[in-house]
Amino acid sequence: MTTLTLSRALNEGLRKALESDQKVLIMGEDVGKLGGVFRVTDGLQKDFGEDRVFDTPLAESGIVGTAIGLALRGYRPICEIQFDGFVFPAFDQIVSQLAKMPFRSLGKLRLPVVVRIPFGGGIGAVEHHSESPEALFAHVAGLRVVACGDPADGYAMIQQSVSCDDPVIFFEPKRRYWDKTEVDLAGGVAAAPPLDKARTLTSGTDVTLLCYGPMVRTCMETAVAAEAEGKSVEVIDLRSLAPLDTETIFESVRKTGRCVVVHEAPVTGGLGAEIAARVTQECFYHLEAPVLRVGGYSTPYPPSRLEEHYLPDLDRVLDGVDRSLAY
Amino acid sequence: MTPELIQLLTPEGERTEHPDYPLELSVDEIKALYRDLVLVRRIDFEAIALQRQGELGIWASLLGQEAAQVGSGRALGPRDMAFPTYREHGVAWCRGLDPAKLLELFRGVSHGGWDPKEHNFHLYTIVIGAQTLHATGYAMGIQRDGALGEDGEAAIVYFGDGATSQGDVNEAFIWASVTNAPVVFFCQNNQWAISEPLERQTRIPLYLRAGGFGFPGLRVDGNDVFACLAVTRKAMQAAREGQGPTLIEASTYRMGAHTTTDDPTRYRLSAELESWKLKDPIERVKQYLIRSGMAKEDFFTAVNADSDEVGARVRTACLEMPDPDPLSMFDHIYADPSALLAGERAQLASYLSSFVADEAGSSGQEEGR
Repeated sequence: MTTLTLSRALNEGLRKALESDQKVLIMGEDVGKLGGVFRVTDGLQKDFGEDRVFDTPLAESGIVGTAIGLALRGYRPICEIQFDGFVFPAFDQIVSQLAKMPFRSLGKLRLPVVVRIPFGGGIGAVEHHSESPEALFAHVAGLRVVACGDPADGYAMIQQSVSCDDPVIFFEPKRRYWDKTEVDLAGGVAAAPPLDKARTLTSGTDVTLLCYGPMVRTCMETAVAAEAEGKSVEVIDLRSLAPLDTETIFESVRKTGRCVVVHEAPVTGGLGAEIAARVTQECFYHLEAPVLRVGGYSTPYPPSRLEEHYLPDLDRVLDGVDRSLAY
Repeated sequence: MTPELIQLLTPEGERTEHPDYPLELSVDEIKALYRDLVLVRRIDFEAIALQRQGELGIWASLLGQEAAQVGSGRALGPRDMAFPTYREHGVAWCRGLDPAKLLELFRGVSHGGWDPKEHNFHLYTIVIGAQTLHATGYAMGIQRDGALGEDGEAAIVYFGDGATSQGDVNEAFIWASVTNAPVVFFCQNNQWAISEPLERQTRIPLYLRAGGFGFPGLRVDGNDVFACLAVTRKAMQAAREGQGPTLIEASTYRMGAHTTTDDPTRYRLSAELESWKLKDPIERVKQYLIRSGMAKEDFFTAVNADSDEVGARVRTACLEMPDPDPLSMFDHIYADPSALLAGERAQLASYLSSFVADEAGSSGQEEGR
């Protein structure tokens, strides 16, 4: 076991991916000498060469579009989009090409492309650097959408994503890049759940708390605080947002009878809405309370001096738990 | 300023020479090109007729662009990779794709569905210009595979004058330039983007744009199959040998509507069409073959018979094309089985079978009466 930050754990995962398959490439803005603005690709160009880890022109549609072409040639490109708010120039290539080409070809083409996106707020950034656009991608058939919550899981999930033959949109919680956990560099992937499975982090009996990415830590802290107040919270890290691991979700909600979904993204049309609809349909007779959502407001991401009011924190999540328990 | 136009066969069917593009073709090769042009036009006519008869939802005609497509298409080696728009029926023909496969898309039976690796002909791309990046990325793969050299590989990507305004096309130019990728950008400037004339896209000849990106651009008579063949051959060979990209602007004319849903009489004058008819890509080859004595009437009769046969084959294939199984819409989306899709598939299957049960039930009642 090694103690690593999330940034470092992802770096180690990428290194493993590059080592295990010569067809794996890393491409994006500033991923070479600089090692990425968050240093996730630090040192990889030096060790694997400029053909395999390379800086691209500053154009996101070009990054994803040429990655598709490389995948058509048999490569497995990992694209870095520098910040969440900069993915939109690539939206057409992701939605209309990357997601649909395998279907268009009746399965004759597969596009094993990973698009890494640092996402979420909490770092005091300027506009377009704190967004949570995951629901926009989860809506699109043909994509897998995942978010890692801690270093150990990030290390495993990035390798699982690179091995996956489908396009994967890989969200990294940027404010957690410097959080540390123990990472098993030897057996990390084997020990991790499959890429499309959620993991139950704490077992509880009163409320199911569903979260992913940056909210995993927040929800874990909430569970501790709730326990001190005598409330038993079951925290589930969804990991995969498309497809959703509904089996794990339903099983937990049928046990607790209550469900709160937490994400930074605006609640309107967010993952919470999808989960609430499915939980209501499948667990209706087990529910003691309506499915509640704690998330960002239906506003653009506010200036950073206001972000603490926008982002769910321990108190707001705990408030959600209390509101659920009040029914 | 009249931009240079590379031409090896005048509209009147006279063979000319160009110092940079020597082209030696045998009589059989010239006849084969003529046959390609005629057959491709025939397939196009047949598809338009099928659309008019309600058998295709829509068709994008290549009428007038046969020489650009056949000339460039016949310049490709078997290992080169072509990335088309949705109008490259002539290139598809040159790559050996069964024309009936093209009809699947326009009939609504599939979104394409041929195997791009089988003919080194990628799927049709409908979003304007998106394929230029795919071709460029593919070419970057060729570089990484070490597949450059005299016997190397290259990619060619097709797009139109309208597409040159797209961000993706400009990004592809930049990518190809800075990576020196083995890709040829083949722009069929057919003068119209649906109803928008070239002036809405550009103030300079399109081929001159290449200079700003840092690679050569040239302008060819897109209705001259010889010239299109010669310039594409040279550009592809340069790409294969590691000399990087070329932009070819093939000056041609969309003689028909944008698609069968379009009505060009609303936005352009018939005189313009008439003037381009004098530059028809097929007629000039025919005149050349006749004047030079390379072909007699029996050759043209035989080609016409071939084209009738191809037309009939395309028609039959279209009419016999079954609708896909409704449940097939859940296939191929992901590499591995998806529980979500399996559930929805079962839902639709059960819903559909409920109608069968109803019908059986009601007929049972009738029997009972």
